Amino acid sequence: MPGPVAETLAVVLLVATLGCAIVRPRGLPEAVVAVPAAGLLLVLGILPLGQAGTEARSLGPTIGFLAAVLVLANLCDHHGLFQAAGSWMAAGSRGRPVSLLALVFAAASLVTAVLSLDATVVLLTPVVFATVARLRLRAKPHVYACTHLANSASLLLPVSNLTNLLAFGASGLSFARFGATMALPWVAAIGVEWLVLRRFFAGDLVGRGDTHEVTPLPVPVFATVVVALTLAGFFVTSAFNVSPAFAALAGAVVLAVPAVASRRVSVRDVALSADVPFLAFVLALGLIVEATSLHGLGSVVAHLVPGGSGLGSLLVIAVVAAVLANVINNLPAALLLLPAVGGAGAGPVLAVLIGVNTGPNLTYVGSLATLLWRRVLMRHGQELPISEFLRLGALTVPPVLVTATVALWISLRLVG
Amino acid sequence: MASMRIVVWVVEGTWQGCIDAAVEHFPADSRFTLLHVTPSDVTEAADAAAAGLFGRGFPGRKPDRRYDDVADDEASKLLAAAAVRLGHPDVDLVSRRGRVEREVIRAVADGVDVLVVARDGDHSRLGPKSLGHATRFVVDHAPCAVMLVWPDETPGIESIPPPKHGPPPLPPRPHHHRD
Repeated sequence: MPGPVAETLAVVLLVATLGCAIVRPRGLPEAVVAVPAAGLLLVLGILPLGQAGTEARSLGPTIGFLAAVLVLANLCDHHGLFQAAGSWMAAGSRGRPVSLLALVFAAASLVTAVLSLDATVVLLTPVVFATVARLRLRAKPHVYACTHLANSASLLLPVSNLTNLLAFGASGLSFARFGATMALPWVAAIGVEWLVLRRFFAGDLVGRGDTHEVTPLPVPVFATVVVALTLAGFFVTSAFNVSPAFAALAGAVVLAVPAVASRRVSVRDVALSADVPFLAFVLALGLIVEATSLHGLGSVVAHLVPGGSGLGSLLVIAVVAAVLANVINNLPAALLLLPAVGGAGAGPVLAVLIGVNTGPNLTYVGSLATLLWRRVLMRHGQELPISEFLRLGALTVPPVLVTATVALWISLRLVG
Repeated sequence: MASMRIVVWVVEGTWQGCIDAAVEHFPADSRFTLLHVTPSDVTEAADAAAAGLFGRGFPGRKPDRRYDDVADDEASKLLAAAAVRLGHPDVDLVSRRGRVEREVIRAVADGVDVLVVARDGDHSRLGPKSLGHATRFVVDHAPCAVMLVWPDETPGIESIPPPKHGPPPLPPRPHHHRD
């Protein structure tokens, strides 16, 4: 098949896959279109089998790791960790909105770093929302902090973001080296978010919350200890050249056993939380992006990013990654960009992550035409009230990108 | 004279000041409406963040309550608390959801005498910024009289900053002429 035809077909299938992943017609899993699309590319020979095999082998451990982390986060929720965190935030703030915002920043940054951004969005944000409402304070600064930090605070560890897991293999770094290098950019990104949000929402951080009904829940000791040990396990396994996915798996099993035994969770729930259809989607998406990359898009992208890991190069890479993440969503952006910078060492790979992870705050939900204009305004049939969200994004993303990338450049010199 | 129709805009963090001002300044035979609006952009931001995960979201998990439902529940409780603080027999409680500033204007569009509004939070920099975006819009567009109250303490006039252009305020001079 001629190159342009193959490329066109691959791109059409990529767009169809991403479109269906967002719209999810009849609530079907994203994989329903992605897997056949990948299959079609294989059957037509657009993606050679050998190439597909290599890609699948490199994605496999990543997908296993993601599954284990999703199960772990879900079990933490069943053990009451997030509810308890909500009660501690309420009690610790003593009803002061600025103190509460600081605690929400701490919780969202830690949860995102250790249990992934998914956990912050799906498990922590509802708790924060309910906590603020119960205190009778304004929810906006705290909820926006969660949505922003789910992205900006996902720089620290390979487990913090699916994009990090994808890059982790490519970077050639150990878990500890990855974390040590990204610690400074992580702190820088969170610091900038704090300065901007604190000012932007100054008018809404008002009053004194009603703490009458607040009683801090007891620490779910078992879950907390298991998460801490799992985190330590990530570093230890990686140091011994064992995939940290096994540490995540061990943590998930240890949390699952008592939860299942006491019938708080069924085995089916645990299995479902691994989200197998989503994992199949990630694999298929990886293959489809590989096909588009192979027939021309890859060299186009390679021209976009500079070689070298000087400060200027890193900044350009981060900006390109941020723009691309806003155009086609961060997952495909990472899949496209990582091979292009893979040979250039850890610096450019981590700069890509700064771009694709923090960039999506710019255009609301990481765009892809703003998630198909929020599923064609499905819910209300009215305009989306997002002007404030966009203004906040415009104020935070550029300084976060620059500050985090400069921090990375420094970090590479210190740790590197 | 017919009794006055007063709408008190109840917002988290500042509502107590509004209620107290209403009690203090309006006759006992006034008809009070306590209004709360849940900003739809907050629930939308939280919902959209989940949508941005590409539909993944811990499928084994029991579906939790929707953000909108939690917000509605808490709004009812807040209005009930505000009614208790008002302590008036004739009071309507109105809870709305949407673009806050527009919903407030809609609620006072017809036959309301006074809307009671609190300033927003940041009292470190008094001036235009002590009205947030929604409050500013409401003050500008309300088709009735607006009573603007301080949510906590009323600042003294020494909070007015010195003139921006010109020499520093010390030593004081009776007149300041431009050359």
